[in-house]
Amino acid sequence: DIDDVGHKYYLELVLEDVLDKDSTVNCTAEVLYHLGSKNVAPDVQFTLEGELKNTDEADNVFYNQIKSLEKELVAENIPDSHGNVSPEMEPIRRLAWVASGYVIWQNSTENTKFHLAQIKRVKQVKRSDEYLEFDYMVLLHEMVSQEIIPWQMTVLWHPQHGVQVTQDSRQPKHASE
Amino acid sequence: MKILLVFTALVAAAGTEQLFRGDQVLRITASNEEQITLLRVLGEQAELQIDFWRDLTGPGHPADLWVPFPSLQAVKIFLEFHSISYSVMIEDVQALLDEEKKNMTRSRRIQRSISTFDFASYHTLEEIYDWMDMLVDDHPNLVSKIQIGQSYENRPLYVLKFSTGGSNRPAIWLDTGIHSREWITQATGVWTANKIVKEYGQDPSVTAILDSMDIFFEIITNPDGFVFTHSSNRLWRKTRSINAGSSCVGVDPNRNWDAGFGGSGSSSDPCSETYRGPYAHSESEVKAIVDFIRSHGNVKSVISIHSYSQMLLFPYGYKRTPAAHHQELNELAKKAVSDLAAMYGTKYAYGSVADTIYLADGTTVDWAYDNGVKYSFTFELRDTGRYGFLLPSTQIIPTATETWPALLDIMVHVLEHPY
Repeated sequence: DIDDVGHKYYLELVLEDVLDKDSTVNCTAEVLYHLGSKNVAPDVQFTLEGELKNTDEADNVFYNQIKSLEKELVAENIPDSHGNVSPEMEPIRRLAWVASGYVIWQNSTENTKFHLAQIKRVKQVKRSDEYLEFDYMVLLHEMVSQEIIPWQMTVLWHPQHGVQVTQDSRQPKHASE
Repeated sequence: MKILLVFTALVAAAGTEQLFRGDQVLRITASNEEQITLLRVLGEQAELQIDFWRDLTGPGHPADLWVPFPSLQAVKIFLEFHSISYSVMIEDVQALLDEEKKNMTRSRRIQRSISTFDFASYHTLEEIYDWMDMLVDDHPNLVSKIQIGQSYENRPLYVLKFSTGGSNRPAIWLDTGIHSREWITQATGVWTANKIVKEYGQDPSVTAILDSMDIFFEIITNPDGFVFTHSSNRLWRKTRSINAGSSCVGVDPNRNWDAGFGGSGSSSDPCSETYRGPYAHSESEVKAIVDFIRSHGNVKSVISIHSYSQMLLFPYGYKRTPAAHHQELNELAKKAVSDLAAMYGTKYAYGSVADTIYLADGTTVDWAYDNGVKYSFTFELRDTGRYGFLLPSTQIIPTATETWPALLDIMVHVLEHPY
């Protein structure tokens, strides 16, 4: 507890490579949830004790694959109902995972626990520069309320410049059916 | 969904003889009342033979329009002329019918016997109900099927009874699928029911348990929700009961039990995923279990299986006060979780619901515990969020396999600690 400021958490984490369980990096972090305000993202400071793996090769393969598509990429329901993700869609999914991580961070409080549940729809947006742009509609699952929240995200990516969420907005829940 | 019903009718009537080649289904969204009127007039032109599959309800609400091939051009010109926005939902109705027929024939050929049931994939309600009948047919001296009630939409609520005889023996209750989107649970339920049958007479613990106790297993605890996850919304959680005065459907069946009902761990809003319902046991799916356990009178353990989070939990969820048997339940959970992890290294947290996950009132295990069922546990199966509810089917068998020793630990403890 930090009087008049908020609650600070000290964390020790182990980061594990999704593609290689034996590749881990230790990490320490401090997270400060601000008192009262629901519109302010928590402050996060972190230190990596080691280096993250170099992904240049895989990044370039993905980049070139998308660049060489004749028509803009469009896809739905990733994963599908059975949890399947086709190999071509794996990088699209990981990109959504990273981008939704940003959205989740911006919208988290001490009483929320968000996960990316599914990509409902993704559409590539044509650009004249070297960036890749994707318009995502994702479903976020919030654990405490158990709600499924549709969220739109516009995501930019470039192998050397990384990920950017340039626009995001929470969508109304459809009165289902 | 209405589309499926119409398809079935069409298929039955026409024998799918290319009658719908080139027909399309258009999704139309009128943006004002004037466009609605125009569309109604369009629908009334008999010679066009168009049909609203999903009706015009108002501006901004999509309507689905089936347009036979000969009328397509005229209809599209009409829509474009009046700037009515539309998209092509089904490009060729005949192609879709052909595809569906192919898929249905293929899976019907596959489910011929119990030994060819594919435990490593997710199944429909019908497939699981059929499999249950096959299990009973193959093991009539061990398994029987009872119906404990009906769902809101009048589907039967089936429970498998595993018993080697006796009369009203002390019993263990297991349920999966109370939250329909948690598909790994129904799938684990099927595998586990099969495992119980396989191990009786082979595994000493299972044999000991069934020689003096009965097991009751409800695999599809929320059939209406389950069907809905297949037909319309894969992430549907609640029942499908209509809520008076609300356009939102469904009650959270795990907030509907009469234990701390109506507190801060549930919602009074019908549109909420944790809506508790108008009153405790309002849901027929819940009432059926309440009535069954009450009238049985000798249930010694209730194990309710959910996903996801990888946790083993026990009462209470509606209050932070520890349960009277907290220590014993905690020790048992610790052992079960350790044996689960021993299989593939999957880590589970454990503790009371309130301490470990969040405050939740009106839950199954709290009701069971407060009604004399000491060994009441909730499992939250794989994973911890990477796939969440959409757990790949490749993880079904590993999940069921690792959960089995934990279930067995609890059941053995119940056997060895009669009360």
